[in-house]
Amino acid sequence: MQAFFHQLLSGIAIGSIYAAVALALVMIFKATHQVNFAQGELAMFSTYIALTLIHLGVPYPIAFVLTICSSFVIGVAIERLIMRPFRHAPPLTPVIVFIGLLIGINGLAGWQFSPVSQSFPSPFPDHAWYGTTYLSPHEIGMIAVTLIVLGIVFAFFRYTKLGLAMRAAAENPASSRLVGIRVGWMLALGWGLASALGSVAGMMAAPIVSLDPNMMGQILLYAFAAALLGGIDNPWGAPIGGFLIGITENLAGAYVVGEKLKLPLALAVIILVLLFKPSGLFGRTVVVRV
Amino acid sequence: MSKRNRLVVTSGIALAALTGALLVSGCGKKKTEGETAAPSAPTSNTPGVTATEIKIGQTMPYSGALAAYGAIGKTEVAFFKMINEKGGINGRKINLISYDDAYTPPKTVELTRKLVEGDGVAFLFGSVGTAANTAVQPYLNEKKIPQLFIATGADKWADPAKNPWTIGWQPSYRTEATIYARYILKEKPDAKVCVLFQNDDFGKDYITGLKDGFGNQYDKFVIKTASYEVTDPTVDSQIVTLQGAGCDTLISAATPKWGAGSIRKVADIGWKPLFFISNVSASITAVMTPAGLDKSTGVITGLYLKDPKDPAMATDPGMMEYRAFMKQYAPAELNPDDANAVFAYGVSLSLVQVLKQAGNDLSRESIMKQAASLSKLTVPVGIPGIEINTSATDFRPFAQMQLGRFNGTSFERFGDVLSAE
Amino acid sequence: MVTESAAISSPVRARRVTPFTGVVVALLVIAVVAPFALSGFRVLQLTHIVIYAVAVLGLNLLTGFSGQISLGNGAFWALGSYTGVILLTYCGVPYWATPVASGAVCFILGYLFGRVATRLEGLYLALGTFALAIATPQILKLDAFEKWTGGSQGVVMSKPRSPIAALDDDQWLYLFCLLVAIILFTVAWNIVRGRTGRALSALRDHPIAAGTLTIDTLAYKSITFGVSAMYTGIAGGLSAIVTGFISPDSFPIFLSIQLLVGGVLGGIASIFGTLFGAAFIELVPDLAKSLSDSAPAVLYGVLLIVCMKVMPGGVAGLAYRTRSWLIHRSSHRSSHRIRT
Repeated sequence: MQAFFHQLLSGIAIGSIYAAVALALVMIFKATHQVNFAQGELAMFSTYIALTLIHLGVPYPIAFVLTICSSFVIGVAIERLIMRPFRHAPPLTPVIVFIGLLIGINGLAGWQFSPVSQSFPSPFPDHAWYGTTYLSPHEIGMIAVTLIVLGIVFAFFRYTKLGLAMRAAAENPASSRLVGIRVGWMLALGWGLASALGSVAGMMAAPIVSLDPNMMGQILLYAFAAALLGGIDNPWGAPIGGFLIGITENLAGAYVVGEKLKLPLALAVIILVLLFKPSGLFGRTVVVRV
Repeated sequence: MSKRNRLVVTSGIALAALTGALLVSGCGKKKTEGETAAPSAPTSNTPGVTATEIKIGQTMPYSGALAAYGAIGKTEVAFFKMINEKGGINGRKINLISYDDAYTPPKTVELTRKLVEGDGVAFLFGSVGTAANTAVQPYLNEKKIPQLFIATGADKWADPAKNPWTIGWQPSYRTEATIYARYILKEKPDAKVCVLFQNDDFGKDYITGLKDGFGNQYDKFVIKTASYEVTDPTVDSQIVTLQGAGCDTLISAATPKWGAGSIRKVADIGWKPLFFISNVSASITAVMTPAGLDKSTGVITGLYLKDPKDPAMATDPGMMEYRAFMKQYAPAELNPDDANAVFAYGVSLSLVQVLKQAGNDLSRESIMKQAASLSKLTVPVGIPGIEINTSATDFRPFAQMQLGRFNGTSFERFGDVLSAE
Repeated sequence: MVTESAAISSPVRARRVTPFTGVVVALLVIAVVAPFALSGFRVLQLTHIVIYAVAVLGLNLLTGFSGQISLGNGAFWALGSYTGVILLTYCGVPYWATPVASGAVCFILGYLFGRVATRLEGLYLALGTFALAIATPQILKLDAFEKWTGGSQGVVMSKPRSPIAALDDDQWLYLFCLLVAIILFTVAWNIVRGRTGRALSALRDHPIAAGTLTIDTLAYKSITFGVSAMYTGIAGGLSAIVTGFISPDSFPIFLSIQLLVGGVLGGIASIFGTLFGAAFIELVPDLAKSLSDSAPAVLYGVLLIVCMKVMPGGVAGLAYRTRSWLIHRSSHRSSHRIRT
């Protein structure tokens, strides 16, 4: 029983990483109706920026904030400079551009920051003062941060005018323009926010999975599964999807299918969700009018 | 023209062209430089060898998932730059051509062939990766080209009967695991052992080595194993499972990223087993530091090279020589504390020894013969007491290791030099 | 290379020998003579290009002609490779017969996957196939299959020998692959030119409207998936024979990505664009490495983005636009329509 509980909590902890990355994917999707395959690489790159700041002696909290801000700027810049010229292109073109970004950013990170695994500090205390060893302080902190960020994002979309404007711009650009929304900047904002979210995910994940240029590559598939499972347009759904995936992988891996089938299991989840409920557990079903 | 007619015409043209080409080819083929035609006995006219130069080649994963090992290639290239500045070996400069295969076997084959047929190298040296070397092994053995000191610990390279032109260098993973097993048998005969292993050749070689070491007591000692894939972000789940099995000894046959993860999780859940970690993960920069230096304290590994972070090594003549080389010749992005660089230094020195022994007979056969005739060779970065020995029947240069325990700063060696033989 | 107008052509038409035929003949002649003018490993590179061309053609049929974005063709490449290898190693099937088997197996599985996946559109299909490609090496390493696949160790095969004394092994293999490629290209050409091709174009451009005409959307999409998988599987089978070794590491996600990149850069709805795409896949990564020692990947990424801006229709699109411009010299229309 103890082991089961342990696996469960462990699953929640790793699930919070998937949740955070999934949140970034949702953000991009809500703002642009596109899925950015390069999201993970951006997050990884931001984490390296944070590491560089920390190595320069900047205290963690300030480095954390600075990284979020610089990721935001990078995200906006990418949208304005790279994605914007392709806004009228057929759907295949952005896919290739994303791929170009993915490969380029990965290469840039390896070149600038060295491909060797490096350690990344955690802002949370090292040892569990609360007795139980099921979750380390970092894991608890990570879950907490994810939930807080989640709350902020949800509130942003639900309760602020800006959030509403962003949703409108993605849903119906033409009408949005008519009511005075600057659609172009809404897209850029979406990219910036997604990038910032990704950087948080990266900084939370790095102490656990070791920082190297391929860090996010492994997480990405699970994050996609999480985002799809929860509903790619729902900021609550995607993180819940993340936790679900984390728990399922751990429990299924430990008790049902064996640890060798965890990745195929994620694949199966993706395919099943796409087939039977493409809008995910909590997403809205979209009807296309002919 | 109708569809069918067009099909016929196209095929007809193709066939005609094919026939024509065959006829033309019967008139004799063009040979290009560097291409060895038939596997005849090599003479002193070995490709790549002139009176002033020896050209050698390698493939390295400078990009892709194993990019961290690119440091090996960079160090080796720098090393031979140093050798050349000091006059070369027996008056010949060494030209090391290093290509990036991104650890994809089809690319490795292509680049290796380019090295042999296009660049005309004398032999291959130090290529990284089990799959990569497996892919080119048949080609190189068939063409009788030495595949020297390849950077992988897979045990299958030690097979002079089947593949007389291929030889490894580092202690094989199987050797290492056998040494761990022997140690446990001797020091902790009532141990309950759990094994975490990477689910590929690397990890499975460890299991085989443990079976060698424990013999028919394997099932008595090893009560649970758990594997992980390189697509798993963490090994948390596996560690929890292993602890639940009630072991007091853990062997982590993992590569750096997951080695660090296993150390971290073991510490986080408050488990304190007798903890062995594979030599490839015994890297302070890539494993112990990310995992947490205090969490890594107590972890044991098998060593054959000196630990660059060991404070005692600051005054060790061998390591000082290594550091001087790194400072002067290595590109700035390489870290002298990187165990990969130490490795590269050691293996390069071994090659120098082989070439020195070959003297002026630099035929491929001679070079291979000398690689298989190393006797009690030591390198300055190797642990005292550990020697390199090869013979016509022994293609395992290293068969010994000494155990070291991490004390928070470096690996402290203890006990005797252990052998797997 | 474009010579046909945008108007729908009737299937049977009186045709002269056009400059187009001349180009095809020239290409064929060059292709056949090339291995005799080049050294060993260059022939190997050419062989790789021919194999990639077949795979990219498969992708083009799926993505360019019927509008289904696939990032997962690497999975079928792997399937084709392993099918060929298993038959060769364990069932004693001669190497030259294995591509047929690879193609058949991949067609069936591709068709089945297509029936399941055709409910997905655009982005979701891309995601689903992306997931498939990432999971493939993993699935290959499963213990359950290890007896046949050799697990993570992979399988080593002996390279086929040339039965003709005048040809060395490399040249023979190249010509063999070339022959297979020519057959497959001809088949694809005929598919695209005929009724099926028009149905696929309708599916791609106006899927809902196409469904209201008597085009069985599901069947066409599934069959296209099957054909695409078949082409890619044959390419995989050939690749395994030529390399002599396969392991799960031979099929990373990058392979699927490269096939799509090659397809788009050549011209996603162009048959001849595939040749350029294949050459790009084979040669550009090495070129990037020789140009930039430290960050070839950055160069590659930038190149992709720039290419998308400058020639969104790929090389074929560029050729078409150039030709249009040459013909209508005074009024140059930029067109985003894609033609072969």
